[in-house]
Amino acid sequence: MTKSLLQVEKLSVVFNTHHKVVDDISFDVYPGETFALVGESGSGKSITALSVLRLLPNNATIQASSITLTGENLLKKTELEMCRIRGRRIALIFQDPMSSLNPVMTIGDQVAEAIHQHFPLSKSDTQQRVLELLQQVELPEPDKRIKDYPHQLSGGQRQRVMIAIALAGKPDLLIADEPTTSLDVTIQAQILSLLKNIQKETGMGLWLISHDLALVSTIADRVAVMQKGIIVETGNSGDLFSRPQHPYTQKLLSALPSIQSCLNHIAEQKLPLLEVDDFHCYYPIRKGLFKRIAGYVRAVDGVSFTIQKGKTLALVGESGCGKTTLGKSLLNLIPGGAGTVKIDGIDLHALSGESLRKQRANMQIIFQDPFSSMNPRMLVGDIVAEGIKALFPEIGEEQRKDRVSLLLEQVGLPGDSALRYPHEFSGGQRQRICIARALAVRPKLIVCDEPTSALDVSVQAQIIALLKTLQREQGISYLFITHDLAVVAEIADEIAVMYQGKIIEQGKVEKILFESEHEYTKKLIAALPKLENNSK
Amino acid sequence: MIFLWTDTLIFLLLLVLIGIACALRGKEPIQRPLNKITNSRVGMVSLVVLLFYVFVGLLDSIHFKSNHDNNEIISLLDYCVTPLRDHNEKTYSAPFAATLYSKEMVAKEGVMQWDFPRLAYGGKHLTDPESEKTGDIFQKSMIGFLIGFAVFITLTSLFSAGYYLLVKKVPKFNALYPVLISFFCIVTVSSLLGYLSLYYHVFGTDKVGEDVFYQAIKSIRTGLVIGTLTTLVMLPLAILFGILAGFFRGWVDDLIQYIYTTLNSIPGVLLIAASVLMVQVYMANHEAEFTSVIVRADMRLLFLCLILGVTSWTGLCRLLRAETLKLREMEYVQAARALGVKQHAILLQHILPNVMHIVLISVVLDFSSLVLAEAVLSYINIGVDPTTFSWGNMINGARLEMAREPIVWWSLSAAFIFMFVLVLAANLFADVVQDAFDPRSAVNE
Repeated sequence: MTKSLLQVEKLSVVFNTHHKVVDDISFDVYPGETFALVGESGSGKSITALSVLRLLPNNATIQASSITLTGENLLKKTELEMCRIRGRRIALIFQDPMSSLNPVMTIGDQVAEAIHQHFPLSKSDTQQRVLELLQQVELPEPDKRIKDYPHQLSGGQRQRVMIAIALAGKPDLLIADEPTTSLDVTIQAQILSLLKNIQKETGMGLWLISHDLALVSTIADRVAVMQKGIIVETGNSGDLFSRPQHPYTQKLLSALPSIQSCLNHIAEQKLPLLEVDDFHCYYPIRKGLFKRIAGYVRAVDGVSFTIQKGKTLALVGESGCGKTTLGKSLLNLIPGGAGTVKIDGIDLHALSGESLRKQRANMQIIFQDPFSSMNPRMLVGDIVAEGIKALFPEIGEEQRKDRVSLLLEQVGLPGDSALRYPHEFSGGQRQRICIARALAVRPKLIVCDEPTSALDVSVQAQIIALLKTLQREQGISYLFITHDLAVVAEIADEIAVMYQGKIIEQGKVEKILFESEHEYTKKLIAALPKLENNSK
Repeated sequence: MIFLWTDTLIFLLLLVLIGIACALRGKEPIQRPLNKITNSRVGMVSLVVLLFYVFVGLLDSIHFKSNHDNNEIISLLDYCVTPLRDHNEKTYSAPFAATLYSKEMVAKEGVMQWDFPRLAYGGKHLTDPESEKTGDIFQKSMIGFLIGFAVFITLTSLFSAGYYLLVKKVPKFNALYPVLISFFCIVTVSSLLGYLSLYYHVFGTDKVGEDVFYQAIKSIRTGLVIGTLTTLVMLPLAILFGILAGFFRGWVDDLIQYIYTTLNSIPGVLLIAASVLMVQVYMANHEAEFTSVIVRADMRLLFLCLILGVTSWTGLCRLLRAETLKLREMEYVQAARALGVKQHAILLQHILPNVMHIVLISVVLDFSSLVLAEAVLSYINIGVDPTTFSWGNMINGARLEMAREPIVWWSLSAAFIFMFVLVLAANLFADVVQDAFDPRSAVNE
């Protein structure tokens, strides 16, 4: 066995002297290998990475027997020496490429700044090196892009620049903390293969931190599974995914949505509930002194579909394809929508003012981010009761309270939840509150706008199960907006694939997933990371 | 009893506050933040200090015609501190001095001499100030302290007995000792100062020989009136316009922005000067309605508050507009729309509570800057009436003596100490209130 590049022995991280976040973990990263640390949010993965770099906040203390990088104990280094190790020997890529780049500096300058930190090069040499790096991360037309500002790049391109900055110091070890979480599936696949290629070229160690088991299984050599600060299982990627030993790993793997699950769907025809015909949503582009309309952004461009009673239509597409705009403008929440939206025969877009408000009960929405979708200053009980108060003012206060506690019980929340504030709940529980809020007005259709993409795998499985149960019991239809095809297979009856504002393909779920005719859909399905050793 | 305009407004404000407190009593959601405030030591101590200021201000807001003093209008506070009000010297004297600050020709044993003349009241009871003063001050302070101690004991035992009889249980109260200690400090210090000022001028006297301590106490009301009434004028304008502009966008936004940019581009001092002059002209033309000096001064104070309020709402309005622009795109506002909640309910339920932290912070900051603004305005003679006691007038008067050698420092220091304590207490209390009402800050409890 080769000598390990990074060796962590008995690392514990304690916050505020009593709150143990990382508990006595040990692992090695070898040169040239991809090591993945997998776990759900809050399991201490990122804290582990930061503690290796000694970048923890002040209220955290590290207790470890040793953290050694090629034989040098990092814990014994002074702060000044650590500065020379960070970026030069160990580099870090963060999750969010939006906030990791300085918006007022060109990307060329930002890469050059990183180079200057470690190598005293002349101006022209630096420029040369910047170009090399941008070529290495396969940024298209690097000589032109070098003068661009971050907002001129797409998310994937920004992440490439972040990788270039990380590579500027020619590090021995690259830590990638959820490098693809905020990216689309197809871009995610590109970035991962890029990382893999660069690793092959340079022979550095790659330490990947992720919550996505399927993704990890495609790229990692060795995997460690982390739960509540403890590494419960370590093993070679192949062994771990085909024969998980620890119950937690088994649970995670079984919670993983699988594209095969759609095969058990029973297809039965029902009456149409929502009929959308030739729906548009254009945003005017205004120019000049008098704000003359110079053109339109066609966010949604002529979309037609129907949803049957008690069925789920999944709207799939990458970010920016207009799926969220469609969802919100169907409910008349944003201006610019035009076309027919008939729910149970009533055309919502023909109504306005008070008569529209009265019809609101038919259609509800659940948002992606469970943190910004509830007013932080309202009690959960009031949040759930809000719709009842607005749309059914005839219901008395006592009855309303009963109804709220019944709803909270239905979505599986403890009885005392009504008198607590949203921030006291976890992400999954908050999403349950949002579901209860939507259910309160007895809707016929709920638009679910990526309701699980901010949640952990096991929580995601619970929320999907809850949505399915509610559908079975109450006959609600869902318009399920998502980018994740695997989730779609779990819940949807039909799929509509959206691309640049148009629906390019539409049909039964198993037909689209397995016998797709459209190129773009095939590309999406191919980019989906699958558990490699699971399909025996 | 005589009700001046500002008196009426102050008591109205007090009634409204009491009404709101009664309406909110026993409401579940309000209970937790209240508990948090009562458990915060800093918050409760600053509250005690603030309440003391308010108490003094309220005492000073009850006016009546006095039977002596040739039917002059005086306040209850004036009545309580009558000796302070009457002990006027000829001109400057230092704190605890027994003589004037400058030499004059005095007759000593029939011979005219160039010497420090004795004061009419300060240290009058001493025969030889040089040797007796220190001991006498110490002795008088002890007596004052003991009186304060006795008052403290009586008040607290009366209060706790009353509380126990009414509630019949011992309260669980985290901040009990800090509150008691600060109450004790306030009571003893004020009785100590009060007793001493029967014999001395504890903060000296000013140019016309008036007691500076008396001026400083009287200024409390002016400071509070300017701080609260101006805020009261400013807040509705700022909140209403800011939120409407941010929430409705379109022509509403354009109109409101137009108003506040126009208002902002006129120098505030000009507006204030113009309106103060207008009031003065009005009062000159209607002399029959403004018979006494105090009524005129009060009218001017009220108009100063009004015009300060009108000129100072734009900053907060701008902040609130920006915040509302952000909030209206939040998903919970969209969810409320989807639930069919009416526009005004969305404004009241979702937007207003989430901008309150900005309102609270800027109100407290404005409060201090308004007290200071009053000082600046007094400087160019468009502030409060020169006969009104205010920290601004005190500072303005002291300003002229800063260059004097030896320096006359006591007016400035007294105004500074009183202002500093008030502004500090208000800031600290606002911090605590803001924390308590922010549910997100309660995460790690």
